[in-house]
Amino acid sequence: MASHDIGDFQTAQTLETFGFLPKLSQEELYDQIAYIIANGWTPAIEHEHPSRAGHHYWTMWKLPFFGERDLNNVLAELEACRRSYPDHHIRLLGYDNYTQSQGSSFVVYEGRS
Amino acid sequence: MAVKAYDAGVKEYRDMYWTPDYVPLDTDLLACFKCTGQAGVPREEVAAAVAAESSTGTWSTVWSELLTDLEYYKGRAYRIEDVPGDSESFYAFIAYPIDLFEEGSIVNVLTSLVGNVFGFKALRHLRLEDIRFPMAFIKTCGGPPAGIQVERDRLNKYGRPMLGATIKPKLGLSAKNYGRAVYECLRGGLDLTKDDENVNSQPFMRWRDRFEFVAEAIQKAEMETGERKGHYLNVTAATPEDMYERAEFAKELGVPIIMHDFLTGGFTANTGLANWCRKNGMLLHIHRAMHAVIDRHPKHGIHFRVLAKCLRLSGGDHLHTGTVVGKLEGDRASTLGFVDQLRESFVPEDRSRGVFFDQDWGSMPGVFAVASGGIHIWHMPALVTIFGDDSVLQFGGGTQGHPWGNAAGAAANRVALEACVKARNEGREIEKEGKDILINAAKNSPELAIAMETWKEIKFEFDTVDKLDVG
Repeated sequence: MASHDIGDFQTAQTLETFGFLPKLSQEELYDQIAYIIANGWTPAIEHEHPSRAGHHYWTMWKLPFFGERDLNNVLAELEACRRSYPDHHIRLLGYDNYTQSQGSSFVVYEGRS
Repeated sequence: MAVKAYDAGVKEYRDMYWTPDYVPLDTDLLACFKCTGQAGVPREEVAAAVAAESSTGTWSTVWSELLTDLEYYKGRAYRIEDVPGDSESFYAFIAYPIDLFEEGSIVNVLTSLVGNVFGFKALRHLRLEDIRFPMAFIKTCGGPPAGIQVERDRLNKYGRPMLGATIKPKLGLSAKNYGRAVYECLRGGLDLTKDDENVNSQPFMRWRDRFEFVAEAIQKAEMETGERKGHYLNVTAATPEDMYERAEFAKELGVPIIMHDFLTGGFTANTGLANWCRKNGMLLHIHRAMHAVIDRHPKHGIHFRVLAKCLRLSGGDHLHTGTVVGKLEGDRASTLGFVDQLRESFVPEDRSRGVFFDQDWGSMPGVFAVASGGIHIWHMPALVTIFGDDSVLQFGGGTQGHPWGNAAGAAANRVALEACVKARNEGREIEKEGKDILINAAKNSPELAIAMETWKEIKFEFDTVDKLDVG
């Protein structure tokens, strides 16, 4: 391949799972929340200022939503978290109490650093 | 018990070792061998001979047998079954009392079960198909240094398979150029890169130089991407002393994971290294060079499901399992059978997957299945379906062969992986809709579009040599 045909790949802050996909639409976000709930996992929200996002722990938004079945409530909490911390990264995760791990975890909103 | 008299000479094995009425104990170690006897030797005699030669027996009666209770220590052939579709071989099921084996020693188990008996003249071929390890033995083994759950937490990888690549060319790069190749892969979106198995410490690149450059590559990529990264530094070496020296230096550099070849290095080295990793907070990737020598012949050797079980007990956080779809041997059902043995806490008997026994793993941590070898972007939907989230998908040529280089190749793979995971979560059948999913994802990723064009023609369609036994 001639050099003028070769693209320059720019490194980006991708922040783990789904970091290489375009930002999810509301509908796509809905599907991922549905996946978490359908698996019996507990949805939870975490947020952190980009300058501190490299640590394992981000700050928890309230508590994990134990027993939550309504997708709209999870969406509403994501929005509420974003209103309170507009400059923070915000991620949605699904706690799996069988594996004691997270079955899902991805950044929904990126804060500006 | 009755007092026995010493009666010198050669006895039929089956008099003592063929016990069809025996009901195995929960503490027994059970084995299934596929036996192909010499013409004219009855099945019961062959099965009994295998039981005897892999436990207490020798070819002639000896007086000192009477100083112990061989009824307690002997292995017992307790069942014989036809091999579907094969009239010359049969399965022999053998139960071994747990006290035949040293606690926590896979070495001891293998030395007994696949020792001299494999050269036994009454047999033409012999293959160890499966072992049921009793919980009482499992509880004496250390197992994976970290396990799937701990590794996910340390590396911050959730909800998807991890992505890796073996750095190419496999031999001949200088340490600095090698670290460059690592950095490019990691910044492009891979989670992990890997030393090739035969990269140890050769004249063109000594281990210490490689470790230092790779550590810098990891650090820089982590800083720039906001993601955790790693590279399997191969510490396989000529001696245990060299191995530990390399492991210690990797720890000093602060990297998360090292690597070992468990068959060429041996189970003693592997178990020791796994213990070191557990103690030092290091993850351990396991390569399986030499396995095909042992496991590929359908009638002789050891099936890989046994080697996989042994590795989970000896210790490793990743193990190569083949890809099913790539350039290396591997039947789908059989592969899924031993992938379960690596990851699950209980695996029920399932002959359609080549699983001969129920296997309870208790609280033993799980091992990531690693699919590596000749896979590329078009395989992604199948790989995500077959291996699921608890796997590492490694695209070596499929990353570094990208026309724009490693970083673009890595990004192409990462976009494809995430598109497949996202579609799966949405409830789509990704193997069936794979093409649409990839084409759609490529609209936002020129790197993926080019990768799809580059590898569109490659297929690896040879028939599997070692198939499951079906009629």
